[in-house]
Amino acid sequence: MAEHSAAIAGHHGATEGITKRDFLQLIALSGAAIGSAAIGWTVVDSMNPSKDVLAVSAIDVDLTPITTGMGITVMWQGKPIFVRHRTAAEITSADDVKLAELIDPATDASRIKAGHDEWIVLIGICTHLGCIPLGNKPTDPRGDWGGWFCPCHGSQYDTSGRVRHGPAPLNLALPPYAFEGGTKIMIG
Amino acid sequence: MRAFKGVLAAALLSAVAMTTPVFAQDEAPTPPKQTWSFDGVFGGLDLAAAQRGFQVYSEVCSNCHSMTLLHYRDLAGIGLTDEQIKAVAAAVTVPLGVDDQGNPKTGPATPASQFRSPFANEQAARAAMNGALPPDLSLIVNAREGHADYVYAILTGFTAAPAAFKMSNGMNYDTYFPGHQIAMPQPLQDGQVTFADGSPNRIENEAHDVVTFLYWAANPEAVQRKQIGVRVVLFLIFMSGITYAVKRKVWADVH
Amino acid sequence: MAGITKSEFKNPLINWIDTRLPVFTMMQKEYGTFPTPKNFNYFWNFGALAMVNLMIMIITGIFLAMNYQPNTTLAFDSVQHIMRDVNYGWLLRYVHQNGASMFFIITYIHILRGMYYGSYKYPRELLWMIGVVILLIMMATAFMGYVLPWGQMSYWGATVITNLFSAFPIVGHPIVTWLWGGFSVDNPTLNRFFSLHYLLPFVLVGVVFLHVAALHITGSNNPLGIEVKGPQDTVPFHPYYTTKDSVGVCVYLMVFALLVFFWPNLLGDPNNFIPANPLQTPADIVPEWYFLPFYAILRSVPNKLGGVCMMFGSILVLFVLPWLDTSPVRSARFRPIFRQVIWLWVAAVVGLGVCGANKPEGIWVVLSRIFTLYYYFHFLVLLPVLGKLERPLPLPESISRPVIGGGPMPAGAAAKPMEKA
Repeated sequence: MAEHSAAIAGHHGATEGITKRDFLQLIALSGAAIGSAAIGWTVVDSMNPSKDVLAVSAIDVDLTPITTGMGITVMWQGKPIFVRHRTAAEITSADDVKLAELIDPATDASRIKAGHDEWIVLIGICTHLGCIPLGNKPTDPRGDWGGWFCPCHGSQYDTSGRVRHGPAPLNLALPPYAFEGGTKIMIG
Repeated sequence: MRAFKGVLAAALLSAVAMTTPVFAQDEAPTPPKQTWSFDGVFGGLDLAAAQRGFQVYSEVCSNCHSMTLLHYRDLAGIGLTDEQIKAVAAAVTVPLGVDDQGNPKTGPATPASQFRSPFANEQAARAAMNGALPPDLSLIVNAREGHADYVYAILTGFTAAPAAFKMSNGMNYDTYFPGHQIAMPQPLQDGQVTFADGSPNRIENEAHDVVTFLYWAANPEAVQRKQIGVRVVLFLIFMSGITYAVKRKVWADVH
Repeated sequence: MAGITKSEFKNPLINWIDTRLPVFTMMQKEYGTFPTPKNFNYFWNFGALAMVNLMIMIITGIFLAMNYQPNTTLAFDSVQHIMRDVNYGWLLRYVHQNGASMFFIITYIHILRGMYYGSYKYPRELLWMIGVVILLIMMATAFMGYVLPWGQMSYWGATVITNLFSAFPIVGHPIVTWLWGGFSVDNPTLNRFFSLHYLLPFVLVGVVFLHVAALHITGSNNPLGIEVKGPQDTVPFHPYYTTKDSVGVCVYLMVFALLVFFWPNLLGDPNNFIPANPLQTPADIVPEWYFLPFYAILRSVPNKLGGVCMMFGSILVLFVLPWLDTSPVRSARFRPIFRQVIWLWVAAVVGLGVCGANKPEGIWVVLSRIFTLYYYFHFLVLLPVLGKLERPLPLPESISRPVIGGGPMPAGAAAKPMEKA
């Protein structure tokens, strides 16, 4: 008997209360979803670069010790950056090129900062398979175009860092940088 | 049953209260409670006081105490702008690795640098301090029972030793330090640090400001943490109500 | 394809999966339609809360482990790096740290529920014993986890507790050297504790699975302690207990949030904010609050080996609880004497906890000895004797027909024999 009346009561409740109950359930589930999303974001964001990593995501490079014809390598965001102080001859040879001849056409002007054409700043990672090309040290081979030479598979780059001989498909990449006065650059 | 539950509740409460004795400092009075901007559930942080406290640390405490867990870029948390941080860092000389000959070199700090330490290592610190090691202050407010009130009490508690008290060589009497003998001489004096904003600089003010700074240094996330906490708890109160309402609806036919 | 029966889910994807691996059928059977006594009170929430807490600990632990360095020179600073530099690192750390405390609060209440309502009695003895195994694994995990931040209390707590094993004759010292990987708690110890601390929670997941499996064979106990007689005594787990558990989860999260966001270091020790120093012992070496009663038992015996045995014994005695309690009645609701004296045992445990927090001198030694004796008295003397001597209250006919007011049954029903427990 108790079960019978309970069934009736349940049925009663089911037809009347179904909208209110469903609404409450919807709110509850939405709340749970919002809460889970907030927690999920927290946990995912913890994997983003931490504050100490972000703090060194930009570096200053002092150009004064780099004499003409000399190139240095600095680390930025875990990558080698070539900073070379080009000679007049190197600048001319970079300008004196027909774009049609280039594997990855680009003017030298598009790869330097206006008024500072003696400085070329490149990410020193070969665009073929990621080796670090030689050419910064005076004793390094520089390839036929006087720029950089990658010993892994023989790619060659000119004094503007453009690829002239494969198998690399693209020019050496350019990092974001800006001049701070005439003697310092900030990379990143 | 109810009586025993009451006994149990009382026992639990007194248990929590009585777990503190083992942490209470021997032979030193409990530090008096102070008012702090970071007190309470809605506590914030008096940025001006924290900045003055940083000045006190820089001018006074940093001569002996390191704060190796802090970096200059962290000072944004007490309201310094990027330019101010760069200027603060550049004014400090820190070790900067080795030069091309392999010799250690120094230079101006950057925002990414750790706070400058007064001594290169523990041995150098002890040698300079007659064998005592000034503790690193990055976490000092958390690392002592009594927390901010305790550190404030130590700084303001220096006094002449009572007549009957036997002081060891080179020690200083402090009312609130356990055992009353502390190796540190009184660090703060009235008017020792001049604040740019003209705030009062008696010992109590300097101590209050530096403890505010030290609390922030130990708990830089505190303000954000409490703000998020308020929202989370309110959300959970709401959710408890909603889930309870759903539960009642679902269980209506059983009850 | 012999042996495959097609499932009957409406969703074709779910049906395809379930036909080949009936996970959805299993979920529906074990957590959907599973007949559950309809008279649970909120103390029955705590098993589910423990499971939720375990998941939270594993998730926060995994993300903490992405930044933690298990090396003595790096560990302390890596934890501070998490607190200061990792995005929401402070939140991960405080949730994990306070989650450990929450885990023990929940588990201790869960155990108390089992003791009060006789959930350890036939046929749930194995379920109970698996639970004690869970408790032991939890304690090992928590102990090792506390060492990882490499603070003063981490180091000295590890030193004191690992040194205990030297109490065992002949094998004691070799065991300790083997545990340490050296001649004191040092880098090898920290490294292996990290490895094991990462491992044990997953072992725990497996044991919890066994725990729930055992439960689903016998079915749950209930506040009346009488077996389910038929469908009129039960409700399907979903939606009745899914909704009720969700209320419990919200309240539990609220308590958890109050700790994490407003009093994150309330249950901790200030000494652990000082990097470990093997040359300087803190004034008082104290374990985390959830170990305090066992610490008090350990220190109540003047003999080192005796203390170790009494301490481990206090947990091992739980294994044999189903056989120590001779009462034919399960639930304390119908055991007028037991339902009062169990609170004396609880008071003894709380008392032991207070003793554990204080120096082992003076009144605290006396009290810890009294409470330790009472702790063992409860299990080894009181329960066996009380079961035989106590006159239980009459049990109701069934869950659906509990006697209102708990008074004597009408003449006809009183003829029913006592439930064999």
